[in-house]
Amino acid sequence: MAEFLQLVFSGLTVGVVYALVAMGFTLVYNASDVINFAQGDFVMIGGMGTVFLASAGIALPLAALIAVLAAVVVGLLLHRLAIEPARRATPVTLIMITIGASIFIKGVALIAFDKQFHSLPAFSGSDPIAVAGATILPQSLWVASGALALFAGLSLFLKKTLLGKALLATAANRLAARLVGINVAAILALAFGVSAAIGAVAGILVTPITLTRYDVGTLFALKGFAAAMVGGMGHPFGAIAGGLAIGLLEAFGAGYVSSTYKDAVAFLAILLVLFVMPRGLFGGRSVERV
Amino acid sequence: MMLAAAFTSRRGTLLLLVAVMLLVPLVAPSSFYLRVAALVWIFALAALGLTIVMGYAGQVSLGHAGFLGIGAYAVAIGPRHLALDPLLSLALGALLCGLVAYLVGKPILKLKGYYLAIATLGFGLIVALVLASESAVTGGPDGMPVARLSLFGWRVTGALTWYWVTAGALLLGALLALNVEASPTGRALRALHDSEIAAAGAGVDVASKKLAAFVIGAVYAGIAGALLALMNGLITPETAGFMHSIELVAMVIIGGLGSVTGAVVGAAFLVVLPQALTSLQEYEQAVLGLLIMVFMIFLPSGIVPTLRRLVLERAS
Amino acid sequence: MGTTIVRRWMLRAAAVSTAVSAVVLHAGGSGALAAEPIRIGAVLSVTGSAAFLGDPEAKTLKIYVDEINRKGGLLGRPVQLVLYDDGGDANKARTFATRLVGDNKVIAMVGGTGTGTTLAMMPVFEEAEIPFVSLAGGIEIVEPARPFVFKTPHTDKTACQKVFEDMKLRGFTKIALISGTDGFGKSMRNQCLKVTGDYGISILADESYGPADADMTPQLNKIKNTAGVQAVLNPGFGQGPAIVTRNYAQLGISLPFYQSHGVASKSFIELAGSAAEGVRLPAPALLVADKLAPEDKQKAVVSEYKKTYETATGQPVSTFGGYAFDGIQLLVKAIERAKSVDPRAIRDELEATRDYVGVTGIYTMAPNDHLGLGAESFRMLEIKGGEWVPAAQPR
Repeated sequence: MAEFLQLVFSGLTVGVVYALVAMGFTLVYNASDVINFAQGDFVMIGGMGTVFLASAGIALPLAALIAVLAAVVVGLLLHRLAIEPARRATPVTLIMITIGASIFIKGVALIAFDKQFHSLPAFSGSDPIAVAGATILPQSLWVASGALALFAGLSLFLKKTLLGKALLATAANRLAARLVGINVAAILALAFGVSAAIGAVAGILVTPITLTRYDVGTLFALKGFAAAMVGGMGHPFGAIAGGLAIGLLEAFGAGYVSSTYKDAVAFLAILLVLFVMPRGLFGGRSVERV
Repeated sequence: MMLAAAFTSRRGTLLLLVAVMLLVPLVAPSSFYLRVAALVWIFALAALGLTIVMGYAGQVSLGHAGFLGIGAYAVAIGPRHLALDPLLSLALGALLCGLVAYLVGKPILKLKGYYLAIATLGFGLIVALVLASESAVTGGPDGMPVARLSLFGWRVTGALTWYWVTAGALLLGALLALNVEASPTGRALRALHDSEIAAAGAGVDVASKKLAAFVIGAVYAGIAGALLALMNGLITPETAGFMHSIELVAMVIIGGLGSVTGAVVGAAFLVVLPQALTSLQEYEQAVLGLLIMVFMIFLPSGIVPTLRRLVLERAS
Repeated sequence: MGTTIVRRWMLRAAAVSTAVSAVVLHAGGSGALAAEPIRIGAVLSVTGSAAFLGDPEAKTLKIYVDEINRKGGLLGRPVQLVLYDDGGDANKARTFATRLVGDNKVIAMVGGTGTGTTLAMMPVFEEAEIPFVSLAGGIEIVEPARPFVFKTPHTDKTACQKVFEDMKLRGFTKIALISGTDGFGKSMRNQCLKVTGDYGISILADESYGPADADMTPQLNKIKNTAGVQAVLNPGFGQGPAIVTRNYAQLGISLPFYQSHGVASKSFIELAGSAAEGVRLPAPALLVADKLAPEDKQKAVVSEYKKTYETATGQPVSTFGGYAFDGIQLLVKAIERAKSVDPRAIRDELEATRDYVGVTGIYTMAPNDHLGLGAESFRMLEIKGGEWVPAAQPR
């Protein structure tokens, strides 16, 4: 039982991060049909930015805030300079643009920061908390509650504010949204900005656990994309469920099957899910969006 | 006029390719340039395979380097552990790629769009993981040596020899791809690319045509991987890795989706560019990313289709 | 803290401007020091997953080539370092090796960060008969010895032996392994499994983790629940061992814990934090430069390298940069002795290296030993109070 619980803790800690990245993918996809492979790099900007600002003497909370703002600026620039001018391009071309952007961001990061791994101090110490024979780090609770807060904030924003409703309307039908007077371009920019902010916050929350470096974004993008897909692309709940599912699968794979093949175990499970539910867990049977 | 022909006719495309292949050794100042050109031919062959999957059949594959890895390790493992002739290993590796593509493709090609992308991505990851983990057979992450290829007692070695071997392989591959393109199968595939529903309505057996394209594409990549392994004399598991899969997709898209010339130009772009950018040192990665973005923003349909349009406009 | 960042940025700006002025000087072309430069090649994994190895290696090579030129060059000629980044890709490394030989006409080569990239490049230099000093750990690089290939880092096998020796002295015979699945971790694990018999050690648990994994508690939990384990060894490099060490503390495992020379840098202690307390590992004298006995032969060279590197880069030294230091020094000394830039003469002198005192150890090469490191190259260190200290010898 203690072992099972330990694996659950491990899986949830990692899974929450995947879920946050997947949420970023979902938001941008809903607003613009673009799969943004630079999503993982926002996580890096949040973590590395905070590390470097803090080591330059800026107080940690302020450093974190500036890092998040920096990520938002990068997200907005990405939309304005790279996605907007190519609006008419096919989905694969848009994916290539975001991959190019991801390489570019990493390339700039390795010059502006460095090539070493960095960490941040845990927010409230690193004394493990014992629960029924298993242990969990306080930082994992920070990550989980941070993710919950982000998710709650996002759904409130989407349901209660005019801007959020405009975003939902744009996601549902871009032409109709334009007809009722929504500034679609501004809404798309908003989606990129918010997803960048989510990514950066995730990066700050997890850096004390996972450490960070200029190129950690690739792995986050990979796992986050997988999480968004297995959950059903475009569904916020799916992103959360997909992220947690992959995290748990990896932990159980490592604990019960083989630590070497835990990633294979996770991906085989994803393939099985997709064979049974070709549109992901929450994808339903709706008509293809593209 | 010739330029226009090169872009529009099958024979023109092949003649242009042959002309470039004959020209390069005459102007290459050292064996380094021949090696880079040989790498272009090898990756163009793999990209050509992906072109058949993506460009003709319209299916996204983010795990195509997995087949590159299977083909490469076939020529490494065959001679080493099974005492097979390298050439026979190459053939068996290509066959294995086709078989794996058939078995994997049958279920996953039912998925659409990004769901297919993630499934193929998973396939590529699993191949790379197996190659890196089973070190008793594959040598692990540091890779394994590959026995030299000999054809009828003649040892294939040296940059110029490999240049011609790889050029020959690409030419053959291009010839076959152009014939596929012009065949009824090719027309059916392109109908698929445009609209699956319309193609099905017109009586095309959508599932089997997609599977056929996937199998052919895998065999191309497998042979390319085998040539890479034999030329380098060493193979490492990252050959099958995610980054190489992305690189292959980038070649196809940047060159121009759906044409033989596009695959070759795209491969040349991504093989030559990093060599040209080395003097930038630390800035290399940033500039590479920037160039990919700029090309995709301003030439969204790829280099070759854009050039073709320009040439045709001028010709008319 | 703030000043180091600012200084790092200033240094970077300075580096860029010197690079620019170097280009300008080169274009000027007709200066007094216009002797044809001696070209030394390097292919390192400056980016990619092995970047924290390749990065200090590249910086070290640049620092010392600059120093040689400042002191008037080599054999009266300036030295030009032709450095390429392979990103950890063996295929790219091979292409750059061809470029160095065919295009840049280098007379010798230092580099090859990983075993895979080194193995991919070896045939190119063997065929061209150009000396190649590798900075990678794999034993297969020098066993069997090939005429033109040398290397400076200790092999994984010696690291395992050093650890097992220490375990045996402390009376541990039943141990667990948790290794990274990257080239370094995997290769060291395999070497360790080969020598367990010599020390009467048996492996009760053999776990692994991926190079980019963020949580290793599932694997460590298995080790924790394996009865009879007396000590744990973690062959690996990069951020993995730091996370393993933290998870080890999180799970409250109190067994003695050994790391490998793959984490031998101050940054490991920073990343692992208080969890690193009491961890032991085999590492070269470089990490305990200030704690070496005054009569220690390596004291002078180790302190000098540490000071030079840390002043120039603002980052702590690592064993990896040390490998590059020894690589370039071995080569420069061989060229000086050969009084020639003929690759064959340099090769002969490299093989004739006797008692070169480097930061990694003391090298004496032989025709069948192209590594030539003595037993003192590894010291057993322990982390105490956030510092490396020589481990107390059990009796």
